[in-house]
Amino acid sequence: MAGERFCHRATFLSQRLAPLTSFYRNRDLAGFSNPSRALYSAVRELLENSLDSCELFSIQPEVYVRISSAPGEEDKPDPRRYALLIRDNGSGVDAEHIPRAFGRIFYGSKYKLRQARGMFGMGGTMAVLYGQITTNRPLEVVSSTDGVKAHDFLITIDIERNNPVILKHEVVDAKGWRGTQVRIELEGDYLRSANKIQDYFRESALVTPYADLTFVDPTGKLLAFRRGTEEMPEPPKETLPHPHGLDVEAVKRLIRGWKGGSMARFMVRNFHRVGDKIAKDFLSSSGFDPDADPRTLTNEELVKFTEALHAYEKFLPPDARCLSPLGEKIFTTGIVKELSPEFSAVAVRDPAAYSGYPFIVEVGLAYGSRAVPTGLRLLRFANRIPLLYDEGSDVSWKVINEEIDLKRYRVPTDSSLVIITHLCSTRIPYKTVGKEYIADRPEVERELRNGIREVLRRLQLYLSRKGTMERQVKRMSIYAKYIPMIARFSASLYGKKKSPSYSRLLGQVAGVEEGEE
Amino acid sequence: MRETRKVSEQRKEEVFKQLRELGRDAYEAIEGGRFPEITLPSRSVKNIVYDEALRQFILGASSVKRSSHNVKHIRPYTQLLWLAFFSQQLVREKKTSTLRDVYYSAQAYNTEFADQDESDETITDLETALMKAREDFNIYPEERSSIFGNLTVEYTIPGYEGRRLDLTSHPDGVMIGPALTTAEFADTDAEMVIAIEKGGLFTRFIEENVHKKHKAILINTAGQPPRSTRYIIRRLNQELHLPVYVMADGDPWGCHIAMVIISGSANAAHLRELTTPDARWIGVWASDINKYKLPHDKLNELDVKRLYELQKDPRYEEKLWRDEIDCFLKYRKKAELEAFARYGLTYIVDKYLPDKLEWAKSH
Repeated sequence: MAGERFCHRATFLSQRLAPLTSFYRNRDLAGFSNPSRALYSAVRELLENSLDSCELFSIQPEVYVRISSAPGEEDKPDPRRYALLIRDNGSGVDAEHIPRAFGRIFYGSKYKLRQARGMFGMGGTMAVLYGQITTNRPLEVVSSTDGVKAHDFLITIDIERNNPVILKHEVVDAKGWRGTQVRIELEGDYLRSANKIQDYFRESALVTPYADLTFVDPTGKLLAFRRGTEEMPEPPKETLPHPHGLDVEAVKRLIRGWKGGSMARFMVRNFHRVGDKIAKDFLSSSGFDPDADPRTLTNEELVKFTEALHAYEKFLPPDARCLSPLGEKIFTTGIVKELSPEFSAVAVRDPAAYSGYPFIVEVGLAYGSRAVPTGLRLLRFANRIPLLYDEGSDVSWKVINEEIDLKRYRVPTDSSLVIITHLCSTRIPYKTVGKEYIADRPEVERELRNGIREVLRRLQLYLSRKGTMERQVKRMSIYAKYIPMIARFSASLYGKKKSPSYSRLLGQVAGVEEGEE
Repeated sequence: MRETRKVSEQRKEEVFKQLRELGRDAYEAIEGGRFPEITLPSRSVKNIVYDEALRQFILGASSVKRSSHNVKHIRPYTQLLWLAFFSQQLVREKKTSTLRDVYYSAQAYNTEFADQDESDETITDLETALMKAREDFNIYPEERSSIFGNLTVEYTIPGYEGRRLDLTSHPDGVMIGPALTTAEFADTDAEMVIAIEKGGLFTRFIEENVHKKHKAILINTAGQPPRSTRYIIRRLNQELHLPVYVMADGDPWGCHIAMVIISGSANAAHLRELTTPDARWIGVWASDINKYKLPHDKLNELDVKRLYELQKDPRYEEKLWRDEIDCFLKYRKKAELEAFARYGLTYIVDKYLPDKLEWAKSH
């Protein structure tokens, strides 16, 4: 759950900058603007935390999610209070970290970067907070790290002081289960969010085919997605920030943590793929003393330094080990498992970078799936998160609408075509805080365009081969129907009892390729 | 008469042989590992030319090939071969079939036609391939016309072989069907053939004993004569050396009925032996309308358009035809055969016909 990531990152967090109150004021931005959206966001944030925590430790995720009416609310109309329970098989959270992990919000930028669903881990806490605000009910967390003992907490958040208040802490028998279970109560509107929530599970299953996902909704409806592969993508490695991706504040924070030493050394230690030689070349060409201590830089010099970082072109491009694309095999498994298409293709593009952030675009294609209606459908993912809202504003749609001519690929219009885009990056260029659609960065756009073209070309090839095969089969069946008749009629006309032997003719036809006649 | 008795039989033998050759070509091609094919004269409009010597339309030099190797041709080729096979059976068993029968029969052999037109087109293909009319391979259209006169025929169809019929035995005339078309001419004292466009006049001629008075064989063409009728007319002319006279309405359509009997039609350009080049058109001419002061109608637009077409038609080059077309266009009048009734029901027989026959003898 969120806690694991929090703990893991705790050492990198420098400061408690923002109190919970600021999030309270900004809840619209985080996706908690109304009861229907809030229920969807809460499911989404908690599910993402669970998946992240499993994948980080290469555990095949098994996640169970249940939304039920809060006690006493069963017969009330939406919006009303719901209980949301999520249980995973992740690594669990140490008992001592649980209260802070779920009951306090840390704010800060990470020093190190790697691909993950959540960027700050605050989404889960937002869900907890939203629940407390709307229902005044405590959060229940049960977690076990060893499968022997489980710690059962009841926690509320002191919003003014940004502090968790433990109402109950019991140690119980884990009965062999390791993982984390969270239960919150919150105001929600399932009637209006049911479709989105269910779509979210379906699409998550497509992009995490190695996970077992189970969802039970308030009406008792069960959605179960069984894993289709044991194989998981390589977990991402943490990397240092690339100099092109740093802003002044980030540089300041890095300097604050600097224990002393030269500028050149500071850069080598803190920046991604910066060696001594490049550091010195950069510093001298930008007019900085390579031997000065960065802590002596004035505010103005810091601004100048950051600008120079962005302008310098000789930094090596970021490497992609901090990314974790699905890869062709796993991606294909997901597509086949969830869409059962007639034909599928996956294009994994080479790593690229925008503004110092590495990214990889993966594009999948499912043609002729009975599970989806006729026509073109786009599914978008960013760091394995399904993006369900604001599709029209997304860069993928822009690319498909403006730069791809589907007619060129001779895709029959009466069949279903699903294009699936997956952008992996240490920082997804979302257009808004709502994290629902991706901005049109030229670098990203180019990779999407090429990826989409690649899978469409493969589809075209498939269709043309299929067409050739079908035509050949049809041709053969025509000859096979008529040649024996011709033989029979000719024999009768000629006064022969037996038909002439026509097997040679049929043999010739089988060998004839199209266009040869 | 003896020498003409076997004409029909010989013709059937020839058709049978042609069909056999068609089968042999296909058979030997297949045995030799080749895809059978057939080459036919093209029937496209561009390939229809008028032959001065034959005085009819014929097909020109261009041809089309139907190859079973071509995936687009194999079905029509098979249908053609099936039709040949089907026709050979008809000829062998001395049975006849209608155009409609052919369309349905194909379904029994999985060579079904898309529609009647395709079926008819295939029949025309076989006619073109053999240069024989469909009646020669025992396929007949539904329409029938009739014949009356002092002619005795001897049937050749199964069950009637050798049986004879005097064509005066039924006062409504005898239908010109497959049996009659294939019958041999056994005995006659007739001296001429008069083909009449309309059934009403045909009946009047019988009632007025034209067949006796003029020793004529009367034929009701019932409008544009079917091929079997044209074939019978030709046979009467060729085998019995009887002059043929044609009487039709006094309008462009009537005169074209006469012309088709004489010179054939464009859509039978692939066929010979349906024409009677020596037949005479004796009326109703445009000039007769004034001469006999016949009740008349004005030519309508369609009539006029048709006349301009006929003016350009190479079959209409003779002076008589040109003059009459000019006369139609000049006076813009037309008259039906029945118009003579104004002078009494027998006037046409008593006055008009003798006038015309007199003219025909002297010209």
